[in-house]
Amino acid sequence: MSVVLVDAGGANIGSVRYALQRLGVEAALTSDAEAIRRADRVILPGVGAAAPAMARLRDLRLVEVLRGLTQPVLGVCLGMQLLCRHSEEGDVDCLGLIDTPVRRLRGTRDVRIPHMGWNRATACVVHPLLAGDAGDGWAYFVHSYAVPVGAATLAVCEHGEVFSAAIGQGNFMGVQYHPERSAAMGIAVLGNFLGRAPA
Amino acid sequence: MLSRRIIACLDVRDGAVVKGVRFRDHVVMGGIVDFALRYRDAGADELVFYDIAASPAGRAVDVAWVEQVARVLDIPFCVAGGIRSVEAARAVLAAGADKVSINSPALERPGLIDELAGAFGVQCVVVGIDSLRDADGEWRVRQYTGDPSRTRTTARRTLDWIVEAQRRGAGEIVLNCMGSDGVRQGYDIAQLRAARAVSRVPLVASGGAGAREHFLDAFAKADVDGALAASVLHTGALEIPALKAWLGEAGVVVRA
Repeated sequence: MSVVLVDAGGANIGSVRYALQRLGVEAALTSDAEAIRRADRVILPGVGAAAPAMARLRDLRLVEVLRGLTQPVLGVCLGMQLLCRHSEEGDVDCLGLIDTPVRRLRGTRDVRIPHMGWNRATACVVHPLLAGDAGDGWAYFVHSYAVPVGAATLAVCEHGEVFSAAIGQGNFMGVQYHPERSAAMGIAVLGNFLGRAPA
Repeated sequence: MLSRRIIACLDVRDGAVVKGVRFRDHVVMGGIVDFALRYRDAGADELVFYDIAASPAGRAVDVAWVEQVARVLDIPFCVAGGIRSVEAARAVLAAGADKVSINSPALERPGLIDELAGAFGVQCVVVGIDSLRDADGEWRVRQYTGDPSRTRTTARRTLDWIVEAQRRGAGEIVLNCMGSDGVRQGYDIAQLRAARAVSRVPLVASGGAGAREHFLDAFAKADVDGALAASVLHTGALEIPALKAWLGEAGVVVRA
């Protein structure tokens, strides 16, 4: 199976690649349109902010490439948010592949932003991405913006408010947490995405 | 609900985990990757690697071991020591670290915090603060604490610096209370409470952990998001699984 990681910038995308290596998959890091179109699985990682990330995808002429993909696509953290319609972060239009907005988390004195650390992610629908150990467990989150609960929500998490821990629409899926840093749950999600049978 | 983090701090030098008085009498305790996996298996929520040789030598962190750790570790980790530029931070993050922690370089040039936050996002930027109460009752920031011969008191009030660091883009504050550091008599709850009152980003307690009650105090009384510990974990005086189980029974939300 060929897996590519879309190189849309971001300083630490290497760690997703290492997680895939732990699953025995060598993923190519690429911004080449043909390589992305040909891959069996496409992962859109990302850290940083939505507006510069979208600008980079435009500069790389990858917006239409990503919109035209029909194979399973997984967005991770910011990459998940880029799959959505619009983000409040920088008031930017995103790829529009999952029909939901991205909003800033409402912090309070007791609810610190960024939401940083281990929190519980719980599946709220039956979905192959969340089979087995990926359905309910502790995942590592680092983010200040989130997808509200809606039609695309596959799993939820709570930090002051309930938000989407995982979303999906057709072949496009995303997780707000970092599977590469989420121990057993993370490896289960990545394994499911690759189509492996749950261990 | 967001869990409270137990963070193991490891001093590294020349590719190994070491212990000893900083800058002298170092004893090699083992390999970095071995330690990382041991703590991961024990249930540590996060690891901090402090490159104790990088900063005084004026050189950047050796990224080879950062990459080795990133390859095997499936929990988050932060790298501290010797990061004084966007380029140095980029190398560490590109090698696979999730966060970088800066301390003295941020005091030398506070704009470094803004630059790192702008380049990588606030979630990657941890500001470490060494703090001690002075005779006049004020907590003030100390600089170059890694080297006792260079350590100096700055004019900055600790609470002012916490506020400024957040304004500039710190995504997390690690407050090392030097008065309690190394003596294992508990975290400095009064100081941490004061810091908590001015921190709207995650706050991590450091310095003084010696018993499980100290962790409970930090979480329950000072409402910190994480508690960092070194020697009490390295010596095996506290085992993380038992510590977490006990904290859980005491009502603290911890990752099982």
